[in-house]
Amino acid sequence: MSHAWIQNLLFLGLLLALAVPLGPFIAKVMEGERTFLHPVLGPVERGIYRLMGISGEEDMGWKTYAWAIAFINLLGIAAVFALQNAQAALPLNPEAMGKLPTDLALNTAVSFVTNTNWQNYGGESTMSYLTQMLGLTVQNFLSAATAMAVLVALIRGLVRRTSNGIGNAWADLVRSTLYVLLPLSLVMALLLVSQGVIQNLAAYVHTASGQVIAMGPVASQVAIKMLGTNGGGFFNANSAHPFENPNALSNLIQMLAIFVIPAALCLTFGRMVKDRRQGWAVLAAMSVIFVLALSVTTWAESKGNAGLKQLPVDQVVSVHQGGGNMEGKEVRFGSGATSLFATITTSASCGAINGWHDSFNPLGGLVPLWLMELGEVVFGGVGSGLYGMLLFALVGVFIGGLMVGRTPEYLGKKIEAFEMKMASIAILLPSAAILIGTAAAVLSTAATASISNPGPHGFTQVLYAFSSCAQNNGSAFGGLNGNIPFYNYGLALAMLVGRFGVIFPVLAVAGSLGRKKVTPEGLGTLPTHTPLFVAVLVGVVLLVGALTYLPALALGPIAEQLSLR
Amino acid sequence: MVPHSRQDLPHLAHARGGTYGQARPLFEPSIVRRAVIDALRKLNPLHQLRNPVMFTVWICSAFTTGLWVQALAGHGEGRPGFILAISLWLWFTLLFANFAEAMAEGRGKAQADSLRKSKRDVKAKRLVGTDRQGPHKVVDAPELRINDMVLVEAGETIPGDGEVVEGVASVNESAITGESAPVIRESGGDRSAVTGGTLVLSDWLVIRISSNPGESFLDRMIAMVEGAKRQKTPNEIALDILLAGLTIVFLLATATLLPFSIFSVKAAGQGSPVSLTVLVSLLVCLIPTTIGGLLSAIGIAGMDRMIQANVIATSGRAVEAAGDVDVLLLDKTGTITLGNRQAVAFLPAEGVDIKQLADAAQLSSLSDETPEGRSIVVLAKEQYGLRERDLHALDAHFVPFTAQTRMSGVNLTTEGGQRQIRKGAASAIEDYVQSNGGKFPDDLRRTVDQISMAGGTPLVVAEYCPGLIGAGGSADRTNGGARGDAEARGPGGPPARALGVIQLKDIVKGGIKERFSELRGMGIKTVMITGDNPLTAAAIAAEAGVDDFLAQATPEAKLKLIREYQAGGRLVAMTGDGTNDAPALAQADVAVAMNSGTQAAKEAGNMVDLDSNPTKLIEIVEIGKQMLMTRGSLTTFSIANDVAKYFAILPAAFVATYPALGALNIMGLHSPESAILSAVIFNALIIVVLIPLSLRGVKYRPVGAAQLLQRNLLIYGAGGLVVPFIGIKLIDWLLVALHFAA
Repeated sequence: MSHAWIQNLLFLGLLLALAVPLGPFIAKVMEGERTFLHPVLGPVERGIYRLMGISGEEDMGWKTYAWAIAFINLLGIAAVFALQNAQAALPLNPEAMGKLPTDLALNTAVSFVTNTNWQNYGGESTMSYLTQMLGLTVQNFLSAATAMAVLVALIRGLVRRTSNGIGNAWADLVRSTLYVLLPLSLVMALLLVSQGVIQNLAAYVHTASGQVIAMGPVASQVAIKMLGTNGGGFFNANSAHPFENPNALSNLIQMLAIFVIPAALCLTFGRMVKDRRQGWAVLAAMSVIFVLALSVTTWAESKGNAGLKQLPVDQVVSVHQGGGNMEGKEVRFGSGATSLFATITTSASCGAINGWHDSFNPLGGLVPLWLMELGEVVFGGVGSGLYGMLLFALVGVFIGGLMVGRTPEYLGKKIEAFEMKMASIAILLPSAAILIGTAAAVLSTAATASISNPGPHGFTQVLYAFSSCAQNNGSAFGGLNGNIPFYNYGLALAMLVGRFGVIFPVLAVAGSLGRKKVTPEGLGTLPTHTPLFVAVLVGVVLLVGALTYLPALALGPIAEQLSLR
Repeated sequence: MVPHSRQDLPHLAHARGGTYGQARPLFEPSIVRRAVIDALRKLNPLHQLRNPVMFTVWICSAFTTGLWVQALAGHGEGRPGFILAISLWLWFTLLFANFAEAMAEGRGKAQADSLRKSKRDVKAKRLVGTDRQGPHKVVDAPELRINDMVLVEAGETIPGDGEVVEGVASVNESAITGESAPVIRESGGDRSAVTGGTLVLSDWLVIRISSNPGESFLDRMIAMVEGAKRQKTPNEIALDILLAGLTIVFLLATATLLPFSIFSVKAAGQGSPVSLTVLVSLLVCLIPTTIGGLLSAIGIAGMDRMIQANVIATSGRAVEAAGDVDVLLLDKTGTITLGNRQAVAFLPAEGVDIKQLADAAQLSSLSDETPEGRSIVVLAKEQYGLRERDLHALDAHFVPFTAQTRMSGVNLTTEGGQRQIRKGAASAIEDYVQSNGGKFPDDLRRTVDQISMAGGTPLVVAEYCPGLIGAGGSADRTNGGARGDAEARGPGGPPARALGVIQLKDIVKGGIKERFSELRGMGIKTVMITGDNPLTAAAIAAEAGVDDFLAQATPEAKLKLIREYQAGGRLVAMTGDGTNDAPALAQADVAVAMNSGTQAAKEAGNMVDLDSNPTKLIEIVEIGKQMLMTRGSLTTFSIANDVAKYFAILPAAFVATYPALGALNIMGLHSPESAILSAVIFNALIIVVLIPLSLRGVKYRPVGAAQLLQRNLLIYGAGGLVVPFIGIKLIDWLLVALHFAA
């Protein structure tokens, strides 16, 4: 077993060790129970409510809840857009960054509000420190909190009986930010600083040789970028940049940070529905797909670069060198840690990168692409991964439930026409955004001009961009010049559809489920905590993903992989 | 005696009319012939609109036909022969689906035809007043309205549903029930409901009509079996939405393939963009046509299976709900136990000979025509060789049971005077004995309690000879029994004394315990409803193996119980026949009214069991489950099929652009054209292959949900992955062998 596989196992072990205590903690926070942080943060929470002039107690129906979420997100888009336009006149701008073009500013605003963090700009050459801190970082928190709130609302729908309310959106947003995201970010930022990630507001360093070294408040932004599965780098090179991700340990911390909340939320779910096995089952389904994907990527990238095979180049993984396909990878990480990072960042809807996905072998690049297309439900984004997965669980329960001769139920709630309609919409809309967006792009002269590679690889670049945006991942395959009006507007639309085309149906499902009675579990009930159900869930996710995208993938990475010899 | 249920008169099951209850062969030639014609008629696009999946196929078929015409004109995108072949098979796909639906409907239609025969023009004697002797006017049956009074006499057909207000008559209801033995219908009580289309055999009836034309039971039944008014059930709607969602996903995946292909051709510099014929073929292969085409057939077949079981459901929703039932409320009598209690033992009081007890018991029951009374006579005869005696020879006077005395018995005139024998409930006999100077022995009291606790019914027997003076009555001589104790003699003769107890017992039906444990395996809880006291009820409940019981049940208690279960999120099923069952029937989720029951019960329920067989509920639950399982399994099968179809069509469509994609042709199909055609043909034929399954339903086994899922996933999920690989390869091979493929 090479070190890459050892690292994969070590990662999974550490992840579990972190998620097990964090899951129940989040459940306590979201249910308003007291935690060890309350003596300090409790007054702050109440202060915020007073400042906002709300009670935090009112139980909202799903529509009210959805309005609140829509309002805070729209406000976010407007604020980030305005900041980018005005940054030249605002403080904390030592490098005198100017106003952004409208299309790029809109794309960026939407990107950060939707938790996508697709970046058609280079951070160090475009954004002032103020924009980074007040615009982007704030949205990194809020977008993650939004998805956590929506998830908790959905869980309440599953738990509550004949109730119209699904919780208070403001309280959910405040609590998830205050008790979960902020403290974790603080610890994480300190850890990163200890490893050499910079944190300052200084002007860029100009060396004698004419080199410019970018500076900035990096660690604080990177912490939430990972923990909130946002993925937008402070620097253009993202986590491949040595100031953003200096060494193997910081790399491991960052990888763990991406997965820790999504994994913990599964256990939060189990605790909130008062059946821990349900949470473990979902976590198991996610893990199965993740391990499968990780194995393929790790294996594909350890094989070396096909283009170099004819040359006298030693690409073998050995004790002397990382080996494998090293094109577009950092030597300090090697092919193993980069494969792991790539699989994690695309399983979760993070999108931070520490290597160039464009340079992966076709099969190695196929996996991240496909993981996004599965709907970002394999761990997925903070909150959004689990609510997406629960929609797939509804579909799985529906088909499985029929197969045992009963109106399907999930956790005692009958799954009927309305839930199926909403689940179908939520699965359909992001797919439509990906496929229609890609189709429009490959037909447009302007859009195809941005493609940097010929043949199937060029097609993959476009497909990757739309998949990444519509599923709110935000990682770039690379090689595609996205900063043209077509992509700025097109991808922004894809991000909005992919985000709110899922959030609103999920909230509708939460409202509908909450109003239902709970059917007690019996022998005739399809159990949803067994390995069999895990297999059904994995099957549904893989099958829907495969069936929707196989034709497109065949013309991209599959054709490319099969063309290699 | 009225034949009340199949249990009462099992021989009637064989005397049933030919239309019902018999398993019709699946492909009866007359039905198939009609179905073929109907399948063509259903090509009307308006008919297809109801089903989004098949409507898509309709558009695709029409579209490829257009492409073929275009190709014939010389402007086509490919060989006209190939386009025609695809187009034809797409039409066939549609026809096969139509055929499945028509087959399912056809089976019902055949039934409806025979029902209609009994609806032929009937004349009715509409009374002007309410007096039978008064004047009446002869009108056509369809002119009758609610609350009209009609007179029906022997040999006439009852013109509409109604309530008997006067008279008693025997009625042949075989037109509705298939049961040829006549039944009694009379005013008042639980046998007052009559159904239009049935025949009065003797006497006369005055009936108050209770339905307007077109709303009668017969009309509802015809509509139901024909599937004319069939509305989609909730699960069917939900599944339809999922299938429509999938169809849109696949529409997106195939439609965007054209621009993808145009770009790829440009990028690769070889091949040509994918043709519309191929795209349409791919689309039809991917959308869930298998389940989409069979969905309505499955629903209709479910209703049909109900009809085969002689149950008329008033809505498909009720059939579906039957699959979800988790609590069954079952009446004890007739369902769990045989209709009546039977004597199983004589338990004499201390110092009384058992034969003496048996003799007295038999004497007291000779004139007792109740089943309990008969069973006492029979037991005495079988165990003690006591023959039935002629009552006239004994000069006996039968004393019937009354609510006041709560006893029955005989008064015998003997040489020495009169001898009274009484049997009845322990408390009644105790009063009787004590008021006649006797003492009720303690040991007897213990025996009585023991029998009660064991679920039996104790009947105490006592005798009193008021005319006798001195020891040893004539009764002793008659019986030849020894009578020892005479110490408690009263001044007017020996005091009354209790002889012993007859143990009556409910006889639990054979095999019922196994049925209940099957139900438990399905996750269904059984609750026994009985008027017995809790002790008796508990004992029978234990013997029958039900999960729970409601003792001393009143209609209010029943209703309350149902509400409680429903509040707990459970779905409740029950059967009932009496008017006092109506509130509970209306409250239950699945309510089966006995056809022999009252109009009120039938209207409150959502199913009517023509056999009036309370155990039918179990069958109904199975049919409901089968319907859902068939849908789920075929959906899984349909979706799993797509994997193989991709492997057939994708390489065929794009191998010219990217030759490397030829590696995906793992089936080794002959040529791109034969590969695509094979997939389309497979997609059409699989519908035909699955028609029998959709009509018969996936077999239900009473095992836990997890096991069922595992089994069905293996068969329809894994099977659905593998089967098309084999099928498509075989079809491709045949096409090549028959030189159909270029």
